[in-house]
Amino acid sequence: MTRFFLFTFLLAVPAIVLSVASKIETGKAVTPLRVSRVCALLFGVFLAVAAIAAITGPHRIDLLSLLRQEGAAASPEHTIIFSVRIPRIILAAIVGATLSTAGAVFQGLLRNPLADPYILGISGGAAVGAVLGIIVGLDVLPFGVPVLAFLGSLITIFLVFGVAGKRRESQSGTLLLSGVIVNAFCTAAIMFLISTASGTRLHGIMFWLMGDLGLADTSQTLLGGIALLAGFIVIYLHARSLNLLVIGEEQALQLGVDVEKTRRVLFFAASFITAAAVSLSGLIGFVGLLVPHLIRMIFGSDFRLLLPASFLFGATFLVAADTLARTALGPSELPVGVITALFGAPFFIYLLRKTEAGRCRF
Amino acid sequence: MPLLRVDNVSFRYGEQWVLRGIDFEVAKGDFLGVIGPNGSGKTTLLRVIDGILAPQEGTVSLEGTEIGKLRREALARSVAVVPQYSALAFPFSVEEVVLMGRAPHLGRWRFEGDEDHRIALKAMEMTDTLGLAARDMESLSGGERQRVLIARALAQEPRLMLLDEPTAFLDIRHQVDFFDRIRSLNREGGLTVIAVTHDINLAAHYCDRIILLKNGRIEAAGPVGAVITEEHIRETYGTEVLVDRHPRTGSPRITLT
Repeated sequence: MTRFFLFTFLLAVPAIVLSVASKIETGKAVTPLRVSRVCALLFGVFLAVAAIAAITGPHRIDLLSLLRQEGAAASPEHTIIFSVRIPRIILAAIVGATLSTAGAVFQGLLRNPLADPYILGISGGAAVGAVLGIIVGLDVLPFGVPVLAFLGSLITIFLVFGVAGKRRESQSGTLLLSGVIVNAFCTAAIMFLISTASGTRLHGIMFWLMGDLGLADTSQTLLGGIALLAGFIVIYLHARSLNLLVIGEEQALQLGVDVEKTRRVLFFAASFITAAAVSLSGLIGFVGLLVPHLIRMIFGSDFRLLLPASFLFGATFLVAADTLARTALGPSELPVGVITALFGAPFFIYLLRKTEAGRCRF
Repeated sequence: MPLLRVDNVSFRYGEQWVLRGIDFEVAKGDFLGVIGPNGSGKTTLLRVIDGILAPQEGTVSLEGTEIGKLRREALARSVAVVPQYSALAFPFSVEEVVLMGRAPHLGRWRFEGDEDHRIALKAMEMTDTLGLAARDMESLSGGERQRVLIARALAQEPRLMLLDEPTAFLDIRHQVDFFDRIRSLNREGGLTVIAVTHDINLAAHYCDRIILLKNGRIEAAGPVGAVITEEHIRETYGTEVLVDRHPRTGSPRITLT
């Protein structure tokens, strides 16, 4: 009963807050005041969801007794919350924020609403690296699988840009195509590797491919966080240029954007943070596609608001989804990617139908 | 010093010369039309003037400064372009699109301030788009959309405005409305305009001077009456037309024979 209540709450809070926010904030041009107001609101939602996530789990936590024995740092409740759940919440927040930010950037750069952080083959390369790592047993080393996954995605990034690089005309078309091809190649490689894997390894591979936030340790989370912050600063510096790129490359040039340099910087920044996040959490699908669209439907397409709002709401969304993933089936866990897709897809369709026609175009 | 000087410019894509020895000047306050058949190099010329394409020979300079030496941002503060059509990948409101015209005047971090909002407001007033401010660009008609694009170009506060077949997709009423607005900006606001168009009658009606291009060369240039003649049109387009005078304005008028 309590669990049911918590689930409903986790799903309902973001939806309610966003629909309230949408009533106040439509059609206006973006100002610093508006950006900070929206961010404050979304950060509040994030804190609320994170707090609920911290006290939710197979081990029930009595809030009152936790508060009463404030000084006793050694109590089991204290340990569970601060050593197990909060680090995992932080990782979920980092990964969710990364995927949503990168998704927004790729949608803008490729001028394509179907783009997500994985579209240029980063997921495929990371997966090949990770699956290889799990099969040869590198998961016993602390940085084994993440390093291989990160290397795999770096290789695909350079491969995709190498293929598309020299042809300037219709570059985004060429990029998309080479991304799709690299992903297809990687899928074949993964299938090959899986068919050679022993049964004991398969569970680990499945979880990695569907996304699992229980893998990373604190130092890895910290690295992911640093990568995200650095990447986000670089990306946000180009937020207005992204707006202009959305209206077309030639018009962006005519409005003073150094298009080639901007595209290069943004592609690499977004690819880099995605690679870092994927190497820590596996392939969590749907977040990077869904969150930017959701935010765009509510707050408009201006990247100066879209990027930070996607960042905060992406973090919130993945923390909520991960809480469901680790509690829905009792003590055993689900891959978080299952939750993001199972709940994300219907919610997204609902929003698409609800938003007036033409506001979001496919 | 002329506002724009195009000095013996030649441009080729690969081995194919598209512009050859183009040489002309535009003074402040001019309204210049560029006409010519498909593939004569009109749009390429516009792109060379706007610095998107760099000519292999010759130079383009704006008030004495070679535009190849200017940064994109600096160039966008002086030259604005009204494109044929604008397709946005994601929804933006009219106000947001007009404010984008302020981008070259702002640094990387700055948001649009009161002054920028005032300029955008004025640009929307001048183009009758104020009532559309909160509307989504995609929900506008073709005529409204082109007016918004003029407003965006005006918000750039350019010294030179380039029109790239801006009325190609508009009906006759909106074509006239568009060019009436541009002409009043030219006559009353002193805005310098270069318009590329397929419509010879529109060019004859609104421009002060005309350049007629054929195969990347200037076939004829000068006052409207001297350029638009039966002979020139036959030479460049290979089409027989009848040129007479507009009964009220006296500008040349072509009719198919």
